[in-house]
Amino acid sequence: MPSVSMTVNGTAVGEEIESRTLLVDFIREQLRLTGTHVGCDTSQCGACVVHVDGISVKSCTMLALQAEGCHVETIESLADGDVLHPMQEAFREHHGLQCGFCTPGMVMTGVAMAQKNPNLTETDVRHGLEGNFCRCTGYQNIVESIVAGARAMQGLGGKNV
Amino acid sequence: MYEFNFNRPESIADALAAITDADDGQFMAGGQTMIPVLKQRLAMPSDVVELAKIDDLRGITVDGGWVTIGAMTPHAVVHNSMDVAGAIPALADLAGMIGDPHVRNRGTIGGSVANNDPAADYPAAVVGLGATVVTDRREISGDDFFVDLFETALAEGELITAVRFPVPDKAAYMKFPNPASRYAIVGVFVSQAGGEVRVAVTGAGPCVFRAEKMETALAADFSADAVGNIPVSSDDFNNDIHASAEYRAHLVTVMAKRAVAKAG
Repeated sequence: MPSVSMTVNGTAVGEEIESRTLLVDFIREQLRLTGTHVGCDTSQCGACVVHVDGISVKSCTMLALQAEGCHVETIESLADGDVLHPMQEAFREHHGLQCGFCTPGMVMTGVAMAQKNPNLTETDVRHGLEGNFCRCTGYQNIVESIVAGARAMQGLGGKNV
Repeated sequence: MYEFNFNRPESIADALAAITDADDGQFMAGGQTMIPVLKQRLAMPSDVVELAKIDDLRGITVDGGWVTIGAMTPHAVVHNSMDVAGAIPALADLAGMIGDPHVRNRGTIGGSVANNDPAADYPAAVVGLGATVVTDRREISGDDFFVDLFETALAEGELITAVRFPVPDKAAYMKFPNPASRYAIVGVFVSQAGGEVRVAVTGAGPCVFRAEKMETALAADFSADAVGNIPVSSDDFNNDIHASAEYRAHLVTVMAKRAVAKAG
């Protein structure tokens, strides 16, 4: 079997895997980082979004071998112990979730959006969420959370929406 | 997904050799279509030859009235390129309408063009601008490249290395996206370069095609009104749960008018 090595959440990992192993399965099954979810498994829903070399990707539509040598960040990379990342805190504060299944992908997408454009508007966020489905909330609070989280990531305070 | 041998060549020559040596090899670009296809076992290549490590397939150059985009350049890079936006803003626009942000981070122009999905966006730009598809062995006119449903002029083992777009005087792309997938239910790319007008339609038929009557009308009068009354036949148009053939025919006119208005 081929082997793969990459850095996941700051830790170097290496495993022997089948070529057909998806990145999301490698993260969940091999590394036991189950915060990244598999929703649709057809590249539609975005529950599996992680960052590969700083870019948001659907990890159900990437082979683990394609991440060879890359820096991968999952939802587990965000919080610092018990202290939530500003984007996570914004989701908590603004009730940006109901069942929570889509939330890891929403948060990782929100962080990617905010890193690219710190001054996100509601319109930016709605367009930026075109690849992320939530079947509970109707998106309103998710959008508010990401706008607030982006502000908080700049140190502007997340509640001011 | 069936198991396969995974190859990651670092040069075009090594990629071609890997395909030649394989029993049943398949190139993989960004994988945004191919991985779903593999998951559904609609394809079962013995070898996947992934192209991400080949530097010669990446990058954008603008030179002498042409924009050349390396085959492995992701949609997000084209969308955000100041060079593309400066030379052919319609092309940067189109790249930003494909799929969703995560798909645009991985999906590539070469993969999209090689796949020739009837609802893909890039084929409309290739035909609508009169672009040239550059491969490892020749240059293929955009007009000759897209043959039929998922069928192109590429030979077995032929690799797209770049797509070269001539800079038009003006151009625009408008599409009616499927609200879930963002594939084009109908998309129309319009361009004018000197006296030549091109109108390329994607999403409506088995593959991209030129709307010649609209081109003639626009060559005489480049205005949205000029295409409003040109009948569009729904014969051989796609007919599925997303839209009937007749509805698609109607959308061709609407999108053409919008594209012409946007091109100005």
